[in-house]
Amino acid sequence: MLKRTPLYEAHVSIGARMVEFAGWQMPVQYSGHVQEHMAVREAAGLFDVSHMGEVELRGADALALVQRISTNDASKLEDNQVQYSTMTNETGGVIDDLLVYRFNSDSFLLVVNAGGSDSDFAWIKDHANDLNVEVHNTSAAFALLALQGPRAEQILQTLTDHMLDRIPYYWSQRVLVDGVACRVSRTGYTGEDGFEILCDSAIARRLWNRLLITGADRGLIPCGLAARNTLRLEAAFRLYGHDMDETTTPLEAGLGWVVKLAKGDFIGRDALSKQKEEGLKRKLAGFEVLDRAPARDGYPVVIDDKEVGVVTSGSPAPYLKKNIGLAYLPTEYATVGTALSIVIRGRNVPARVVETPFYKRKRVYD
Amino acid sequence: MANTPEDLSYTKDHEWVRPKGDQATVGITDHAQHQLGDVVYVELPKVGDKFEASEPFGSVESVKAVSEVYMPLGGSVVEVNESLNDSPEQVNEDPYGDGWMIRIKIDNPAQVDALLTSIEYEDYIKEEAAE
Repeated sequence: MLKRTPLYEAHVSIGARMVEFAGWQMPVQYSGHVQEHMAVREAAGLFDVSHMGEVELRGADALALVQRISTNDASKLEDNQVQYSTMTNETGGVIDDLLVYRFNSDSFLLVVNAGGSDSDFAWIKDHANDLNVEVHNTSAAFALLALQGPRAEQILQTLTDHMLDRIPYYWSQRVLVDGVACRVSRTGYTGEDGFEILCDSAIARRLWNRLLITGADRGLIPCGLAARNTLRLEAAFRLYGHDMDETTTPLEAGLGWVVKLAKGDFIGRDALSKQKEEGLKRKLAGFEVLDRAPARDGYPVVIDDKEVGVVTSGSPAPYLKKNIGLAYLPTEYATVGTALSIVIRGRNVPARVVETPFYKRKRVYD
Repeated sequence: MANTPEDLSYTKDHEWVRPKGDQATVGITDHAQHQLGDVVYVELPKVGDKFEASEPFGSVESVKAVSEVYMPLGGSVVEVNESLNDSPEQVNEDPYGDGWMIRIKIDNPAQVDALLTSIEYEDYIKEEAAE
């Protein structure tokens, strides 16, 4: 039985095309993939990402548990700050990537991917036995909306008295939105400015509708998973299960900036420390296809007729109007300018390694 | 509701066929282009290539995904719509006109009778949607 978010009926009622994603029935597109993608780059888009999992940690050892299970250093967080991190296993393989919200010293919230939310919860709980902390899977209690795009702030501001310009990038606040208490963070997965709004499942539909009505004259439209995927790829954000999994480490995935080996012990630290010392054999690299044919997930990457890797994410990039992708390459090839071929239906199509992110907005907040 | 002109024949793989003598023009249906979304790339065979019925002869890609397109009838390619290289969006905008894909010489013109009529194809779409 597929799970439905509190917004399922809202999606169906406006003609969304629904697909299965990680055990959920989710909207893949509404008005059109490219139109939705462009709306987020140029105006604003609203996403239902309630399939994401939430795990609450409460107690004196909440921070100690976060430090144990995740690679980034959560001791650096202040109240209401948010941090991107990864969870690794003993061999340094990525179990999931996540956002760590600190509310106060004994209250944290972890937002994890839909696909892993049950197994992540079990993993976190298993590693909490000797600690003074309660671990709750609160995924069903919350809906999560992502309001993304250059006009996201003006749109959300019309529904609250809270001065949103005082919430910096990767910080959150408790905000009354349309009179209802929500947790609003300036975070997202699109490469644009914007917010993620965590609210009670029971009021999600009203908030969804209010945002769409309020934002309509500023170009806000509902956006599905298809646009979310191409937006994140242009921004070179990694997608769990594609660009990283338990067979790859965060170092190989180019996420060394969230691996803080000096913070003290954590699961996977020895393996990651050893890998760092020995040097990486492969790295995730961004490439651009020099042809009209798009590269897709799973297509082989070839150099001098030898297969050197596989595309982990590949797609036409609607805003950049190029065919882009990510692939693990032997370190010696993972440098900007390297000439590659992508094997597309038996044909070797030229490509080259380029700088990532492929798309970078002009940052207003930092 | 998808547009399915009465004067064309159809397949369950969502291709349309416009037979003329021993040749036929082939493309994908309005329903198919709608399901695919914005077409960004079309890969077509070369003139002279031969295919069996139901064999893939090319592919059509939206931003989201790749779909193969299948030969409605056995035959050889006599012309391809080169303009789709530069303007693949014609498949969305005019699937039965400028968005045509290939013209073929039909091996066995009697096979045309086995294709779906517009009414049969519309019924088939409805069945598929109900599943």
